[in-house]
Amino acid sequence: MRTPLCMLLLMFLASTSFAIDTNEAFDDPELQARYEKIIDEVRCLKCQNQTIKDSNAFLASDLRREIRRMLEEGLTDEQIFDFLVDRYGEFALYRPRASGKTLVLWIVPGLLLLGGAYLLLNIVRRRMTLPIDDDMADEG
Amino acid sequence: MIRYLAPLVLFVLLILVFIKGLDPERNLNELPSPFLGKPAPQFELPSLTDPARTVGSASYENEMAIVNVWATWCVGCRQEHGFLMQLAKTGTVPIYGLNWRDNRSEAQRFLQQLGDPYVDSAFDEDGRVGIDWGVYGAPETFLIAADGTVLFKQLGPLSRGLWEQNFVPLIERAGTTQ
Repeated sequence: MRTPLCMLLLMFLASTSFAIDTNEAFDDPELQARYEKIIDEVRCLKCQNQTIKDSNAFLASDLRREIRRMLEEGLTDEQIFDFLVDRYGEFALYRPRASGKTLVLWIVPGLLLLGGAYLLLNIVRRRMTLPIDDDMADEG
Repeated sequence: MIRYLAPLVLFVLLILVFIKGLDPERNLNELPSPFLGKPAPQFELPSLTDPARTVGSASYENEMAIVNVWATWCVGCRQEHGFLMQLAKTGTVPIYGLNWRDNRSEAQRFLQQLGDPYVDSAFDEDGRVGIDWGVYGAPETFLIAADGTVLFKQLGPLSRGLWEQNFVPLIERAGTTQ
């Protein structure tokens, strides 16, 4: 029993050894938390389905380095995202901003939901006005 | 009538979206540069061939120029090198290199072996200028107008076909308006 348990625990250890970001943590835990949140929301454009947190492409490590530098210089999250959008476009953000061309991404799901609710309401209303069909019980 | 027509219209719209999304001509890696029509980023870096000399946006001030991002580790750069050599010989537009994230001696050897199409190459060892230019995959080729505006950005290896299709019309238009 002990051996399988040890092996199971070792499996959990293994994942940490694959950490991509080898930078030292910031001294300030708040800064570290902001850093981790930002790198988890920025797309690595070299490897487009990964964030720069997950990617070991050198572009990702360069961007992590720049983000660290900007955090150390005291820039706000918003300023850091601006820096990236200015250079790489809105596509670099995994969570696009609700403005301009990306507005459609934010509005359409809401519209679809409203449309669905409207359809559902109509169907339910129509069914409510139908006479109760006693034959149903005889069928089947 | 409208109750039967509406789903049809929606269906056709959906099909159009799919056709656009599945277009085999569409290159998912090709993202429009946010710099198009805007001033190219300023930079100044040591020259690849002579660290004592600097190369930068000041090198091509008031003239149209090509800025080509390249590296020895980049296969596409080898692929386009022959065409860049031909282009440099014609002398249409001066070509400046941005040697991105590379090793200096290897990059110098690359140019010695294959020829040097560049007026000068800037040596961007830590990739910081690359980031300022929004570079995400070499080779990338920027066409810069005389006033410093980015007119076009080509992603991937340049070829005669792409040059004639994408660059020549812009260069000719700029030539006539000057």
